[in-house]
Amino acid sequence: MALLEIRKATRRFGHFVAVREVSLEIEAGEFFTLLGPSGCGKTTLLRLIAGFDTPDEGRILLDGCDITLTPPERRPVHTIFQSYALFPHMTVADNVAFPLRMARVAHGEIRVRVAQALREVQLAGMGERLPQELSGGQKQRVAIARALIDRPRVLLLDEPLAALDLKLREQMQLELITLQRLVGITFVYVTHDQGEALALSHRIGVMNAGRIVQLGAPDAVYEFPQTRFVADFIGTCNLLEGTVRRQTGARLTLEVSGLGELAASARTPVQVGERGVLAVRPEKVRIAAQIVPAPGEVHLQGVIHDQLYLGDVTVYKVELAGGRLLEALLPNSAAGVVKFFEVGDHVDLAWRAEAALFLHD
Amino acid sequence: MSISRGAPKRPFSSMTSRARLARWALSGPPLTFLAIFFLIPTLIMALASFGWPGREGGFSPLWYHDAAGWHFDFTLGNYRDIFTLRLFLVLYLRSLGYALATTGFCLVGAYPLSLVIARARVGYRNLLLLLVIVPFWSNFLIRIYAWMIILGPQAALSRGINAVLGLCGIRAVNLLFSPFAVMMGLVYVSLPFMILPLYANLEKHDPALLEAARDLGASAWSCFWRVTFPLSVPGVIAGATLVFVPALGAFAVPDILGGTRGIMIGNVIEMEFLQARDWPFGAALSIILTILALGATGIAAWAARRGIKAYG
Repeated sequence: MALLEIRKATRRFGHFVAVREVSLEIEAGEFFTLLGPSGCGKTTLLRLIAGFDTPDEGRILLDGCDITLTPPERRPVHTIFQSYALFPHMTVADNVAFPLRMARVAHGEIRVRVAQALREVQLAGMGERLPQELSGGQKQRVAIARALIDRPRVLLLDEPLAALDLKLREQMQLELITLQRLVGITFVYVTHDQGEALALSHRIGVMNAGRIVQLGAPDAVYEFPQTRFVADFIGTCNLLEGTVRRQTGARLTLEVSGLGELAASARTPVQVGERGVLAVRPEKVRIAAQIVPAPGEVHLQGVIHDQLYLGDVTVYKVELAGGRLLEALLPNSAAGVVKFFEVGDHVDLAWRAEAALFLHD
Repeated sequence: MSISRGAPKRPFSSMTSRARLARWALSGPPLTFLAIFFLIPTLIMALASFGWPGREGGFSPLWYHDAAGWHFDFTLGNYRDIFTLRLFLVLYLRSLGYALATTGFCLVGAYPLSLVIARARVGYRNLLLLLVIVPFWSNFLIRIYAWMIILGPQAALSRGINAVLGLCGIRAVNLLFSPFAVMMGLVYVSLPFMILPLYANLEKHDPALLEAARDLGASAWSCFWRVTFPLSVPGVIAGATLVFVPALGAFAVPDILGGTRGIMIGNVIEMEFLQARDWPFGAALSIILTILALGATGIAAWAARRGIKAYG
């Protein structure tokens, strides 16, 4: 049985449906991420789990018990807020001790456990400081220590790294992974940052317009997006619109206007004549001055239109016949400064037919 | 990061001379105004409290120069009279009691109201605030006279209360011209001065803090006492000061509603100045009142700061 179960939860605000019949099961010990653009309903769903809000329809179960109407203070679920929400009038130690005080734990035990918790988040000796005397990363750690001190069943994290700068964010990502493995508590993490979701999670639920549109492990979601939205939202994806002309098993032949017939693969049933998009990730596209296509490879020609030098890789935008742009990615693996192509160069492009997914419109 | 706790902040340390000039240009006029119309009169009062009353009212000169040289004419008699006559001690204590009770009632009454306003929807909030401010549109004295009518023996309130008391076999009471009437009047006129600073404070609270407290296991009651209230202490102090100090020196409310039983020290000071025309004695009375007010607010601020540290 799943630890946390959401059954057909719906939450409306006036005419706006923030969460629409979402059903979800999250296992004990899982690092689960709700990923989606702002306004997709992910924070509303998190608030339903925390108990700050109740669904208009549907149920929420924890350990098989219905907690839909249980107030937040009686749920073994804690939240880490985007703003951290540390109590400004209390010291770090008092902040961390708060859940234990509320549970009327003995004073001596509180002192021991707070000291232990502060050590765990590398804040030993900072107990007497006030929150406003801490840096962003330190505040984040206090919020984590406070939320974990009484070992909740589920920890909810609402874009907790959004306020940190890039380097610190990467460091905190690693710390969160380590911490989650260490304490074994189920994390439900909300973010709009697809990179963060891919790096942290065991499973990702991609949300759009109040629904979970795809659910799966990070690599599955990235490699096999089921909809155009997911392909576009997670990572970068080349999307070429076309019509299905022929189908043999999982292999399709797609007619793309201006480019002729291209091979693609499909993971869902497809009908001949159906319109959709061919999705291929830039890193799957081979780019070279001249390519002799291997069997089963799609082969195209184009002209370099633009290039983005990113240090580790260079992104080339290649103009195809008919004016379409296709992105390809080339790692700068040679020693020293090497420029493979200049704008205006003629190049060959190729990718394996399995790497090109057909997605329904 | 190395931030030492409680390090003094010096917001103007990096100011340019132009900015400093601007600061003086902006704060100069109000400072001058306060010096002329508050500081200097207070000093005059303090000096006057050591003098003798003049022959036709006012006060006689504290020093003069004649052929024999400089003469100083100070007396501690005004203060000696105040401290030896029990009447004044009683009046001070009574005024202190009224002021404390007014502050207490206002706090208890204003807090829930301010909280409701602060947590109301934004459009609704302005309407509620407007309702708090509406009484200021009519004259203070008129509002007090209105209470005279409300509490008068022919009014529905008095008759209703006396009817109930009559049923219980208790003698009828007179609401007007009583300490009760003074209390009602003081609380009535002071309430907005407690509501507004409290609202200004409560409105700024981050709602995420309350959600965090609930989330971490606090009941609604604990949320209030451990988060909302400690964070609102600056507002409570501001409101309490704004209510306590004027209530301590009140004279119009006890004069109109209090009759002979509701007299406060403010009435005596007024009488000394206007009827007895003993300015030095009135000055001594008001200097002591000022010291009391300063002392009480100082203690309150100190206690509140201690209290906030003991929390959490």
